Amino acid sequence: MNIQDKVLHNNEIDRVEVEAVNSAQMRQPLYAARKKIFPKRATGTFRRFKWLVMFVTLAIYYLTPWIRWDRGPFAPDQAVLLDIANRRFYFFMIEIWPQEFYYIAGLLVMAGFGLFLVTSVVGRAWCGYTCPQTVWVDLFLVVERAIEGDRNARMKLDSASWSVNKLVKRVSKHAIWLLIGVLTGGAWIFYFADAPTLFDSFVHGDAPEIAYITVAILTITTYVFGGLMREQVCTYMCPWPRIQAAMLDENSLTVTYNDWRGEPRTHGSKKALAAGVVGGDCVDCNACVVVCPMGIDIRQGQQLECITCALCIDACDGVMDKIGKERGLISYATLADYQSNMALATVNNTQAINPKLVHGTDGKLSSAIEHFHIKKMFRPRVLIYTGAFAAVGIGLLVTLLSRDRLELNVLKDRNPQFVKLSDGSIRNGYTIKILNMVPVKREMELSLDGLNDATMVVEPSDQPEGRTLKFSVEPDQASPFKVFVRLPPQVKGSDDELEKFSFVLKDHTLGESDVYNANFDGVERE
Amino acid sequence: MMDDKHIDEVTGVSTTGHEWDGIRELNNPMPRWWVLTFYACIIWALIYSIAYPAWPMLTTTTKGWLGYSSRVDVRTELANAELLKADYRQAIADKPLADIVADENLRTFAISAGGAAFKVNCIQCHGTGAQGSAGYPNLNDDDWLWGGKLDDIHTTLNHGVRYASDADTRVSEMPKFGDILKPEEINHVATFVANLTTPQTDAAAVTAGTEIYAQNCAACHGDDAKGNKELGSPNLGDAVWLYGSSVEQIAAQIRAPKQGAMPAWGARLGDVAIKELTVFVHSLGGGE
Repeated sequence: MNIQDKVLHNNEIDRVEVEAVNSAQMRQPLYAARKKIFPKRATGTFRRFKWLVMFVTLAIYYLTPWIRWDRGPFAPDQAVLLDIANRRFYFFMIEIWPQEFYYIAGLLVMAGFGLFLVTSVVGRAWCGYTCPQTVWVDLFLVVERAIEGDRNARMKLDSASWSVNKLVKRVSKHAIWLLIGVLTGGAWIFYFADAPTLFDSFVHGDAPEIAYITVAILTITTYVFGGLMREQVCTYMCPWPRIQAAMLDENSLTVTYNDWRGEPRTHGSKKALAAGVVGGDCVDCNACVVVCPMGIDIRQGQQLECITCALCIDACDGVMDKIGKERGLISYATLADYQSNMALATVNNTQAINPKLVHGTDGKLSSAIEHFHIKKMFRPRVLIYTGAFAAVGIGLLVTLLSRDRLELNVLKDRNPQFVKLSDGSIRNGYTIKILNMVPVKREMELSLDGLNDATMVVEPSDQPEGRTLKFSVEPDQASPFKVFVRLPPQVKGSDDELEKFSFVLKDHTLGESDVYNANFDGVERE
Repeated sequence: MMDDKHIDEVTGVSTTGHEWDGIRELNNPMPRWWVLTFYACIIWALIYSIAYPAWPMLTTTTKGWLGYSSRVDVRTELANAELLKADYRQAIADKPLADIVADENLRTFAISAGGAAFKVNCIQCHGTGAQGSAGYPNLNDDDWLWGGKLDDIHTTLNHGVRYASDADTRVSEMPKFGDILKPEEINHVATFVANLTTPQTDAAAVTAGTEIYAQNCAACHGDDAKGNKELGSPNLGDAVWLYGSSVEQIAAQIRAPKQGAMPAWGARLGDVAIKELTVFVHSLGGGE
């Protein structure tokens, strides 16, 4: 086995003799041990974009729990808080109670349609840019490169026998990985409790046991998935890629090796070209292979391992710039465009690829080549996904903006269902639950609608019996009250008038109201 | 099944010799992670069975090095729960009933604890909803034989009703008027009493009954028939009837009265539980 890639220099391009670790043509048997992948650092547009995405996503993850949001004295001041103990979810100005959890379900539906939409337009973009596995592996690779060097140095170190130098490098690498794991798990727990308080108690050793357990589990999973397992997580464990593969069609953008302009491969030798050898644009430098974090050779076509991180595009574009060819030998392309260009290069698949058919006499690409155009994105599938995504989103937004922060729940006493009092009147008991879902104390008024002769009283209280009761409801709480409704004897009326009525709750502080339709039992009739 | 080991042509892997209708089982090794997990489980099981109670002996089990017992856990948890209640119990023991009811937290605790005690001791007669039944008073309504104030309920609970072994028990006895009055006199007075709440058609009987009532009944039940809580004599003018409201049922009760009894619970349940029960019964909606 080569300790290092054999580098051949010609035309100022580093040409590496290497076979992809996960080559489609020599796919490994199920029980083979994993071969290590040593991705080389890539530079270019997509790499820069990935740095940006990594920076933004990690910043969101680590910083969100520390954002403060003033909600007054009766609610926590953390902007994003999943308060499981008190059954509240806070998200900036939005507060969600357990019975409103359908908002979360709605968000999940949106996430589903969003995935369909993104996948049908740009393929596995989630995998390549934003998936936590990808982001953290990228972060772990940064650490690995900083300590052990780039691809060649790492390969050399890996095959070297153990020495102090190797030990120091390996120990420090794994130590930093574990530290990142601790920070990852550490950030997670702050979403579930007040971050500054929890941080303080965490470092002093008196945080709840579950906090330490959670951090420990996430430390281990982060370390194992990001540092040790890496691409195996995507290839063997994750169901997402298989689901996404079902959503691609011939108009979805995928990372594609354009063999219609690349083949037959030459080594770019001027001598051979001068001798009349017809060569494509690919100089077989394998730059695309060495940067691949999944260990594949994109020139073998679409493969299940490919997360479309586009680093091979960056690598190839760099080479194309150096040899004075147009960029895009490896590019984001749709299958439809690819096939149309392939037909051009092979005269409708009747002969081998002839680069001359897609190149002009000046060596530039022919104008007959199909390129991706933004207009091709607007196809029925994409529009339907967009529509569904937007419909759910607008629906959620409308209900969220118009929802009441007041709810009246009534539980009728069933044992006994009714009580006959000494004057012959019938009394029914009700447990009234007033949900005040804002962190403000509110003054409310509960009155009876229907059951015209009835009066009610709340226990215990010094409020006089009547058809209206006043309540002071504590902020951000569900407050129960015991209410007895009494109907005097010998009242006349239809069944509906004597059995059905409503509790009407009016809030004078914020002007909200709610109605609960209740039943009255036990009325005697002649 | 045949014992037919050979090398599979497609995969080059030897088979186990098991064959089902031409389908052979490949002898692939278990994945290493699986094997390691399996060994780890065995080691775990050994350590566990030494550390925790595990092996059955003839009359008991091995106790385990850690001496763990789930029963001890339960006992500790129950003791801790009792500790949490101790402050409330002490406050209930120290304070008069009026103060307990005035304190929101203490009242909630007392109702909850009293409700639990009620379900154990009282539902046999008074029903699960305290709704009572014929002969057993409904505790939800506002009609009280011995008074519905906190202290009245407390005394009734503490000493019982017609409970011979308690010297302070509440006692009243309605005579058997079957021995005193003639049958038609009983019918007349029963018609009179029924007429107080439900108009009766037999006006002559009502008139005759009025006289009989004044002579025989008013001493205990009052001239206005409103009863007397000091004596435990029921209000005859209200809509709540312990033994039924028809003329026949009233007459039967005059002729040979049924008189319910209730045990004195104070000695059995202790002061705190009696106070909790008092607050609970008082909260049911009829408390005065």
